[in-house]
Amino acid sequence: MTAQVKYADVEVGSDLPAASFPVSRLSLVKYCGASGDFNVIHWNERIATSVGLPNVIAHGMFTMAQAGRYITDWAGDPGAMTEFGVRFSAPVVVPDDDTGATIEVTGTVEEKLDGNRVAIALTARSAGAKVLTRARAVVRLP
Amino acid sequence: MPVNQDFAGRTFPATKPYEVSRVKIAEFADAIGDPSPVYRDKDAAVAAGYPDVIAPPTFPIVVTMASSGAAAADPGLGLNYAMVVHGEQRFEYTRPLHAGDVVTAQSTIESIRSVGSNTLLNTRTDLQTVAGEHVCAAFSIIVERGGAG
Repeated sequence: MTAQVKYADVEVGSDLPAASFPVSRLSLVKYCGASGDFNVIHWNERIATSVGLPNVIAHGMFTMAQAGRYITDWAGDPGAMTEFGVRFSAPVVVPDDDTGATIEVTGTVEEKLDGNRVAIALTARSAGAKVLTRARAVVRLP
Repeated sequence: MPVNQDFAGRTFPATKPYEVSRVKIAEFADAIGDPSPVYRDKDAAVAAGYPDVIAPPTFPIVVTMASSGAAAADPGLGLNYAMVVHGEQRFEYTRPLHAGDVVTAQSTIESIRSVGSNTLLNTRTDLQTVAGEHVCAAFSIIVERGGAG
């Protein structure tokens, strides 16, 4: 398991290392099955474009999961999260090619709270668009 | 048909019990591409202080969406589901969900608001074990685009 970040070592305003997460059509098919969300806009280009989308788009919850992984990887404990919220501000468009799309996540320590909790402000971008806004996670650290 | 404002404040019946399994957690972790052993290996999870493999932070949506989705799809509410998108999502965790948990989800429509031509529906869904232990609360905002047709 990853070494855990200590509450005492965290400084408000410091940046977490940026990370990129790939998303392919296969990712979305797998996420459909795992989550039970089979909305056609996540796998059917014909219908996605017919309702005005540029292409198939990722589930918002898939993007949120990548931001969640970003936080739990940093904290070193997948069970450390006490609060996690996002606004879905733009879709992650996933083309039918061998590359797919990329979700780039950054985070900044926003606040140190009581009970050894730390609030992280997150951003997530894909193809230059902000795909998550008002994204914030709170983790409890040792 | 306009969205029925009388549904604001309404609490829906709890879902049937859902048993969280190691296989489903591992499948979900694979789908989001997270290789953490705490999602797959009971020994690793126990070493990290958990009773069994834990679920990723967004896993509860598998259970809560079924509950809040059923509330949003209530024909009496009059939401045009074809025009609905997920606007916001937030979780407050009492503890991580883990394999072996048997949970129910219960949703409340907290508010219904019109913003421009859109209708915003705020739901709160509480996940608790059948023994009554609170696991997490999921807050969703779903948006019906274009307002009532």
